[in-house]
Amino acid sequence: MSNSSVEHKEFLRKKRKEKIIVISFQILILLVFICGWELLARYELINTFLLSSPSLVINTLVNLFTDNDLFTHIGITLYETVVSFLIVTVLSLLISTLLWFSKRLARILDPYLTVLNSLPKVALGPLIIIWVGASTNSIIFMALLISLFLSIINVYHNFKETDSNYITLLRSLGANKLQIFMKAVIPSNISNIINNLKINVSMCYIGVIMGELLVSKKGLGYLIMYGTQVFNIDLVIASVIVLGILAFLFYYLICLLEKFIQKKTVN
Amino acid sequence: MKNNILEITHLSKNYQDNDGEIEAIKDINLKIGEGEFIVIVGPSGCGKSTLLSILANLDKKSGGDLKYYKKDIKVGYMLQKDSLFPWLNILDNCLLGLKIKGKVTEEDKEYVLKLLDMYGLSEFKNKFPNSLSGGMRQRVALIRTLATKPDILLLDEPFSALDAMTRVMLADDVYKMVKDLGKTAIMVTHDIGEAVSIASKVVVLTERPCVVKKVYDINYDNRSTPFNNRKEKEFNYYYEKIWRDLDVKL
Repeated sequence: MSNSSVEHKEFLRKKRKEKIIVISFQILILLVFICGWELLARYELINTFLLSSPSLVINTLVNLFTDNDLFTHIGITLYETVVSFLIVTVLSLLISTLLWFSKRLARILDPYLTVLNSLPKVALGPLIIIWVGASTNSIIFMALLISLFLSIINVYHNFKETDSNYITLLRSLGANKLQIFMKAVIPSNISNIINNLKINVSMCYIGVIMGELLVSKKGLGYLIMYGTQVFNIDLVIASVIVLGILAFLFYYLICLLEKFIQKKTVN
Repeated sequence: MKNNILEITHLSKNYQDNDGEIEAIKDINLKIGEGEFIVIVGPSGCGKSTLLSILANLDKKSGGDLKYYKKDIKVGYMLQKDSLFPWLNILDNCLLGLKIKGKVTEEDKEYVLKLLDMYGLSEFKNKFPNSLSGGMRQRVALIRTLATKPDILLLDEPFSALDAMTRVMLADDVYKMVKDLGKTAIMVTHDIGEAVSIASKVVVLTERPCVVKKVYDINYDNRSTPFNNRKEKEFNYYYEKIWRDLDVKL
């Protein structure tokens, strides 16, 4: 706006200032942490064999990269996460839809879903290895087990909590159940569904790493496991840092999707 | 004497739950003439909204009979909350009922556009509901109901979510819309002033399980808009009577 008043400019200036302060402090905390860690390691105040140091971690990452291993491991973890995420998202939407259409089915399955959701799925890890074998598939299966039930319960709950006024309105206009679902339940739950995607992606990620820790030949989880077994703490910490970067990327991608969908629904 | 459009005889409604049966409506007999503006008042929880949802086909009656004197009668139902879909623009919200019934013809669309234009909403047709005031939203909700060209309009406390000034003004608008289009309307309210100012007939119900306690034909020497009717001498007369019928106790 060209004709913004002095007050408005002041408001924008303050807002910008606040943002700069927040970002500066965020960077500062990171720098202090890394520098402090490095200094403690340099002056041998901490044991780098146990606690590593930033320069050692960077060295490890560079070595991994030059050996062409880094992206193979990232690729495997990424692949497993994306595949399980897609399967969970599609399955949970389908099953929640089914449950919404049949209250009876929902009532019948309720105790099973609750138990399966609260069961610590890691306990099933060894069984999965026996059943599915020690492969990428078993890791994807693990991720599915961990995320699917939670996702179904969440989405179904959202569907069920659709504003009853919308439904009464559509019924008074003579809508059938499919029309109610398409015209009120889905559109009013778009933001809930996207939120659920965020949960799905992090749960799948947890599941994949857990699976890789249990059994794998490649992937970031494998690197961590391997690093611990040979007492290569540099490798473990390097892998954890890559995990963190990936987690941020996943979150960022879903946020982009969210913005895209919001733009589309508004137009 | 006007032609009857609907006759309700011995209508009753019970709700079932684990503890037994709750009788909501005991026995309602009512004749509704074409073009009438019926307002139903009664103590809160007496079953007046239940009566409307039975007429709107949202609830099943337990007994009695509804007789329509017109083939393929269409009923339009307007809820307390406007329930406009925030993800649809005003025009699409208004076309919702038609879309559900099937495809929207050009003629339908023109009719809706004409209604929007008549009530000063045409400039908002591409806007979304959150940019409209409460009164405007409720007018859009009424147009959405009218879009399907119902013969009978059922209004369930349509003004109760609005502030005092807006409700009085909106009552005028609704009255005008209903009269302009020659619709029959059945409205439920707990506001006696609103009832007496807008109705051609006020039906007073008893406490639950309800029966019809009294029916008043509301006659004004100078009938005008609901807002102006409030200033007529008859207004206070009916108001007093209905107040006493309802026997409000705290």
